[in-house]
Amino acid sequence: MRKSFLAAALGFSLVFAGPSAMAATTSPHAAWMDWEPGNDVGNIASLQRGAANFMGYCSGCHSLKYKRYSRVAKDLNIPEEQMEKLLLLPGAKKGDYIITPMSKADGEAWFGKAPPDLSLITRAKGSDHVYQFLKTFYVDSKSANGTNNLALPNTAMPFVLSALQGVQEAKFKTVEKVVDGETVTEQHWDSFELASPGQFSPEEYDGFVRDTVNFLEYVGEPVKAERESLGVWVILFLLVFTGFAYLLKQEYWKDVK
Amino acid sequence: MDKAYVSSEKVGFRAWLNKRLPVDEFIDSQLIGYFAPKNFNIWYFFGALALLVFVVQILSGIFLTMHYKPSETAAFDSVEYIMREVEWGWLIRYMHSTGASFFFIVVYLHMFRAMMYGSYRAPRELLWILGTLLYLALMAEAFMGYVLPWGNMSYWGAQVIVNLFGTIPVIGPGIVEWIRGDYGIADSTLNRFFALHVIAVPFAIAFLVVMHLVALRQTGSNNPDGIEIKEKTGPNGKPIDGIPFHPYYTVKDTVGVGVFLTLFCSVIFFAPTFGGLFLEKPNFEPANELSTPEHIAPVWYFTAFYAMLRAVPDQQLGALLMLLAIVVLFFLPWLDRSPVKSIRYKGWLSKIALALFVVSFVVLSYLGLKPASDLYVILARVFTAVYFAYFLLMPWYTRIEKCKPAPERITYHA
Repeated sequence: MRKSFLAAALGFSLVFAGPSAMAATTSPHAAWMDWEPGNDVGNIASLQRGAANFMGYCSGCHSLKYKRYSRVAKDLNIPEEQMEKLLLLPGAKKGDYIITPMSKADGEAWFGKAPPDLSLITRAKGSDHVYQFLKTFYVDSKSANGTNNLALPNTAMPFVLSALQGVQEAKFKTVEKVVDGETVTEQHWDSFELASPGQFSPEEYDGFVRDTVNFLEYVGEPVKAERESLGVWVILFLLVFTGFAYLLKQEYWKDVK
Repeated sequence: MDKAYVSSEKVGFRAWLNKRLPVDEFIDSQLIGYFAPKNFNIWYFFGALALLVFVVQILSGIFLTMHYKPSETAAFDSVEYIMREVEWGWLIRYMHSTGASFFFIVVYLHMFRAMMYGSYRAPRELLWILGTLLYLALMAEAFMGYVLPWGNMSYWGAQVIVNLFGTIPVIGPGIVEWIRGDYGIADSTLNRFFALHVIAVPFAIAFLVVMHLVALRQTGSNNPDGIEIKEKTGPNGKPIDGIPFHPYYTVKDTVGVGVFLTLFCSVIFFAPTFGGLFLEKPNFEPANELSTPEHIAPVWYFTAFYAMLRAVPDQQLGALLMLLAIVVLFFLPWLDRSPVKSIRYKGWLSKIALALFVVSFVVLSYLGLKPASDLYVILARVFTAVYFAYFLLMPWYTRIEKCKPAPERITYHA
């Protein structure tokens, strides 16, 4: 009872919070917020690379609990042998769901928060957000694991892709603002600088992230490509149907004067 | 029966059947023998389309029920199971979720038509009241259906809406607990919402649809001119300006169905989430009582009323206002004092009032989707006032304005 009242009160207070309360948390619009991965779930080659990226770099901590290996192989035209050799996690069978070997308890103990399942991450947060997240890690000595992130500030995730991207530093500019008659300074992101290069060039890293996000979008809705290609035929049929229905109607209504 | 086409020439199974069940008699009297005004325009498609969406919802719902599991621990997973592993499950689910939004689109247009042409006026008051009851039942159905996937917005939406009942003085808190069946939105809440969503409310809707149609057959359809075609009958006793519903309107409605399905399927196949409006992003995360979505907002079809709730600083008054916004609809037939029914012959005041009403509903719906900033709250107050003014000032503005005389016969150009 009490809990739900609190919850409702919280809901209402969020709803009634005026703009002044919001201003402190909303940062100004920055260039990285417009970065888009330009996904194409019809691009099988990109999805295959994304699947390999996911299994190689993400699956140690993150599950895709609604996704079976066999379905990935079927949808992405990956031959069974290759799938068994390249995709399966140790001990997994091809009909299994993709479950990380890391237990929830270990995740909580190591990171403070168990790494989330990523089956629906692109649907819940949007592909843009996931793409921006993987592109905006930067060195931050104040953070517990040495890195921080613009898209998800203070994320518990250490930047596991730094070997690929390299070490990225963020340049901030100090902006003075007058809020309620008082001058406050705010740190606004300006640009990134690659302090030490990784295995990949910036273009290669970008391609790597795009493939991975594309794969995650496919995982979020495996049927998307099929849905859209089938939809074209459905709409064409309905247009023809409507056309004939209209002619039939005209024929009948000729007598109505 | 005085008609020539009755039974004498019927043979075989048809004769056998009609002796036992009045199939042909029903078709003769309700479809062929029902005369509808011949000047129906595009606004007259939406009644039949509402019935079509209802059937789509029932059929897709039956198949969803075969795989959905109404439990706190399994509901979310079972929806994803339907989306991924059930053959054509994704199509059935998108039909159902898109159908919910299209149901409201069609019903809102249908209600607007009634307001525009005065279809609620005598002798159709009861027809309007039955329709408003249908709208209420549809709201209950949609709300409970929205809770079933057990996403985070399902959970928090249920939290906020069920707590509205807590604002009822004295008995409110007890009622909230009774609705939930628990101290919070929980497994028991989900289970009972499932029962109500798949059995109780659909039955109520089906019953009300039948009553709505029976009442329509009793009074006959209104039309864009707002005059009674029954007053001018030909030698055969049928209205001169009426045409048999079948085949004229069945064939015309088929065109409407074609256009409707084209739009409906465009959403299903190309934009099933409709940019987060039909399926909201937070609902792709499972219900989590520890994590509140950034902005709790109901689905678009409720947001006009939600904006009214937020426009009032006092929660109890806000909830009352929301209730009144629906209740006032029931009084519409008696608020309109105009000598004519249709907007075509009403004066400028009625035209402006109706236009402002539509604007207020659209703007309130938009505001309800947005976080409540200072400006939005002010706008919500203004447009809530406009919404109520449409109804409360109606007895005044419909009486003082100068109307055009309604024609004797309907206007129809072939």
